[in-house]
Amino acid sequence: MMLELQHLTKIFNAGTVDEKIALNDLCLTVAEGEFVTVIGGNGAGKSTMQNAICGSFRPDSGRILLDGEDITALPEHKRAKYLGRVYQDPMTGTAAGMQIEENLALAARRGKPRTLRPGIRREEREEYRKLLAELGLGLETRLSAKVGTLSGGQRQALTLLMATLEKPKLLLLDEHTAALDPKTAAKVMQITEKIVREHRLTTLMITHNMRDAIRYGDRLIMLHEGKVILDIRGEEKNRLTVPDLLALFTKASGDEFVSDRAVLS
Amino acid sequence: MALLASLPGAIAQGLVWGIMAIGVYLTYKILDVADLTVDGTLCTGACVAAVMILSGVHPLIAVLCAALAGAIAGIVTGLLHVALGIPAILSGILTQMALWSVNLLILGGKSNVGLSVRTSHILLSLSDIPSALLVLALFCAVLIALLYLFFGTEFGAAIRATGSNPVMSRAQGINTDLCKIVGISLSNGIVALAGALLAQYQGFADVNMGRGAVVIGLAAVVIGSALVRRLPQNFALSLAGVLAGAIVYYLVYQVVIFVGFDTNLLKMFSAVVVAVFLGAPYLKNKFFRKKTSAKTGKGGGT
Repeated sequence: MMLELQHLTKIFNAGTVDEKIALNDLCLTVAEGEFVTVIGGNGAGKSTMQNAICGSFRPDSGRILLDGEDITALPEHKRAKYLGRVYQDPMTGTAAGMQIEENLALAARRGKPRTLRPGIRREEREEYRKLLAELGLGLETRLSAKVGTLSGGQRQALTLLMATLEKPKLLLLDEHTAALDPKTAAKVMQITEKIVREHRLTTLMITHNMRDAIRYGDRLIMLHEGKVILDIRGEEKNRLTVPDLLALFTKASGDEFVSDRAVLS
Repeated sequence: MALLASLPGAIAQGLVWGIMAIGVYLTYKILDVADLTVDGTLCTGACVAAVMILSGVHPLIAVLCAALAGAIAGIVTGLLHVALGIPAILSGILTQMALWSVNLLILGGKSNVGLSVRTSHILLSLSDIPSALLVLALFCAVLIALLYLFFGTEFGAAIRATGSNPVMSRAQGINTDLCKIVGISLSNGIVALAGALLAQYQGFADVNMGRGAVVIGLAAVVIGSALVRRLPQNFALSLAGVLAGAIVYYLVYQVVIFVGFDTNLLKMFSAVVVAVFLGAPYLKNKFFRKKTSAKTGKGGGT
């Protein structure tokens, strides 16, 4: 197993009126090379699950195993070498004040000691130019442009490239197309699919778009109140439709699917 | 004539404070931290250098030791901020406060120690401004070259990334806590170095000499970035711009004194200049936003 979440529990603001059980004895195992899409209503625990994996906070109880290693207590910057991340906000994944090539060079050194050697070497530039050209967004001619001058879609594509430059054990995508217009979102999804398949990356992709959740990936899980309530894969997943999914949700949770965005899309 | 005669001195003073301002630039612009330790470390640098020179140490070694003392003060601020979670601005104020006592201790309980060209071997003095300018130019050139090289390394890039986007930096495996401590330490080391040069230039170290230093540093930084805005983006050029900013500041200062401005009001004048420069971009953005947002709206998407 590449990823094992064992009985993860996280309660925010415990003991106050704002108490919120974000993860409720959550268990999940993901095999190497599996591409899992994650859906769920608002506050179902999707982002909390990813943030726990990344180490933004320590879970109250439970263990996180990555490729057999217990990373539950590992500081965020130390487990970063195993993880590639793309966030919902295009501003989050890149350093706006630095050049495209500098951002890539930072990502290429993820998990390696940062020494007093040059921050970027000439051979790297050629490599980056080639990889950027594959994105098809015209970034290969703008290596020294500040990332702050790029559009949201370009920044997300660059973040994806950065997340996978050093092959991660796990790629985490947190609604990474949600802030983009539909056309750009489709383009970024297409790049995502290509990169994930090419490198056979173990991937967890949170999405609010049910159609994307069905179309992409090998397996679909649905979270509700901090638990996995649906886990569908293979043939069964391929036959799935959005109405099926909504019906399954209502049955599994005894609740209406509450996500304005999910219903609208 | 009196004004013209005072200009070389203003340039020399501008260069000393320009070095100090480069320290401020590192925290304020690169690390995105407002560090107020510098008011204390400027003085610490001056005190350490003065006391060591008076006891017969070579002035260059004294200057380097002063920089080291400043760097240690910076580590204290960094630890208060990173390890204890105290907001950066308050961490700086706490260290600065403690340094007041430290500086008095270094000066042996005296509030003022004099240095003279006649009795001590010092690197520069306002009694010989042409040589002082040469020495300062050399220090500035070496400092800018070293910083340019350092921030081009893997570790230097990690510090820049930490200032630009800490969330992304951690996701890329950068130890942002370490980067902050090293960045603040480096900044304060440079400020203390400026203090050591200032003590020699003016011929004394005084426990009050750092007060308001951060405002002068910021003034140089904002004037400097206005000066190099239209030039190609280059790190060494930005640092040189900060030096130029400090020189402009002291030239204006001389003119203001020359036209008979009440010198008691000069600190207020400095504060107003910095407030105007820092506030202008915000107001510009607020009142001219319609135009720019319409533009970005059209250019959105991929």
